[in-house]
Amino acid sequence: MKILVCISHVPDTTAKISFVDDNKNYNKEGQQFIIGPNEELALTSAIDIKEAKGGSITALTVGETEVEPTLRKALAMGADDAIRINTNPKDAYNVAVQIAEVVKNNDFDVIITGRESIDYNGGQVGEMVAEILNIPSISGVNNLELEDRKAILQRETDGGVEKIECEYPLVFSGQKGIAAEPKIPAMRGIMMARRKPLNVIEPINFDDTTEVLEHSLPEAKAACTMVDAENMNELVRLLHEEAKVI
Amino acid sequence: MSVLVYTENWDGQFKKLSFELVSYAQTIASQLSTEVVALSIGTVNDDELNKLANYGADKILKLDTPDYTEFNSQHYAKAIAEAAKKEQANVCIFANNIRTRAVAPRVSIKLEAGFVSGCVASPESTNPFIVTKKAYSGKAFARVQIKTENKILSLNQNAFGITENAKTAQIESFECATDSSKAKVIELKKNTGTMSVLDAEILVSGGRGLKKPENFTLLEEMSDILGATATVACTKPVADLEWRPHSEHVGQTGKVVAPNLYFAVGISGAIQHLAGITSSKIIVSVNTDKDAPMFEASDYGVIGDAMEVIPKLNQALKAFKENA
Repeated sequence: MKILVCISHVPDTTAKISFVDDNKNYNKEGQQFIIGPNEELALTSAIDIKEAKGGSITALTVGETEVEPTLRKALAMGADDAIRINTNPKDAYNVAVQIAEVVKNNDFDVIITGRESIDYNGGQVGEMVAEILNIPSISGVNNLELEDRKAILQRETDGGVEKIECEYPLVFSGQKGIAAEPKIPAMRGIMMARRKPLNVIEPINFDDTTEVLEHSLPEAKAACTMVDAENMNELVRLLHEEAKVI
Repeated sequence: MSVLVYTENWDGQFKKLSFELVSYAQTIASQLSTEVVALSIGTVNDDELNKLANYGADKILKLDTPDYTEFNSQHYAKAIAEAAKKEQANVCIFANNIRTRAVAPRVSIKLEAGFVSGCVASPESTNPFIVTKKAYSGKAFARVQIKTENKILSLNQNAFGITENAKTAQIESFECATDSSKAKVIELKKNTGTMSVLDAEILVSGGRGLKKPENFTLLEEMSDILGATATVACTKPVADLEWRPHSEHVGQTGKVVAPNLYFAVGISGAIQHLAGITSSKIIVSVNTDKDAPMFEASDYGVIGDAMEVIPKLNQALKAFKENA
């Protein structure tokens, strides 16, 4: 089983965010970057698959040299090799085109992404890659069984729980449930990661389809109105008369 | 030219979300001086389809051939892209929900269209085409320009609201042959009885502060008093401890919700939790710790032990409902 795990290099969830260059770009100064939480689980599930069935895991991210520590972490967790596509990712469509190009040149059986990145929360790339390659994709998978010729994937949709049977090659996006807890790299893994191959691939020419012009922060919320714990009638009155939500 | 909106149905019924999407499409269509075409896939009767006209659909395409009974993202994407071509739609609108998130990116590739997901408003201008979306799990907004001729937008639930705009729409049958697909749904367990946290207008959510699973009966009671549009939700630790089902987990790695009213009971307000709930219209917190970050994100707060506060609140709500 040849598995590709696409990883996003994103600011830590708890980061206090700000922007630079007239609010066009994220302020990376002093920020900790991580493997996105959904991709961390996706990679952990790939490691589980490899342990059970054998095979190899390639971790991929699109980004400039600054993303390499994130890929090294993926190698330390258990990926066998890594690919960095050397361009600053700004548009999901373009990222998908770049990843699809790599997949075309390698025979991956399974391509895994996270449900969504935690920076732009698009959840687009995996499905776009699948469409470019004309292969099936299953989003938001929370449980899977891999057989020799097909996979059985489970996901929760707005209407219920679906089990889907799918032949390889396929793309799926993983979320909570797909692996118990994100794998924490052991010291041995960290040492080994330094020697594992990290290949840099130059991007193909493709114009971005979208461009972020500017960011803004939400307006600060008005101070919380405190209500005395002995006076729940007052809370009900406020919710009815002031907030008009009941 | 037209604006195409894909309106998903649940067992033949539309939801508030479907009408919100049509309202959104109608606003964009009037910006572009064009018409709204709604596409429905699956079996929906004409009375239900006609409801879409109340919110601005000029034309309703129905695709109800048997090969679309089962949801398949490849089939659905092909049909939506074909409908867009037929209607010369260069803007396609989707909901930012689980199923359509599987389809919209594929349509984007088929139509070579730039795609902005999680929009929170109609475009501020259509030439250049600029729209605002949420980013960084709700911690920021981004103004994004779409540079391609065809454009795809997905709208966050409850971000735009419903606007009535009654029209008389024609319903037209639409067909699109499916290609073979290597994915097949082998089992579908439909949600029964309980309302999904995504659809609820009021969420009564509990955290570890409730101390044990039995104490959630207080929240269930509250949800019952608040009526059919309310349901119980929980935090990640509560779902991980199996006090509540995972389907109720709201937060960054669970469901991202946007109800009218969110009660956070015994929830400290970890940033991962806040990422899933900050789009709620009104947030009420009950917590023993006056410094809990949850209060900063709340509109109303009560300092106190949930076990003492909630029974009193339930009593007050009951009295209010009886007099209403």
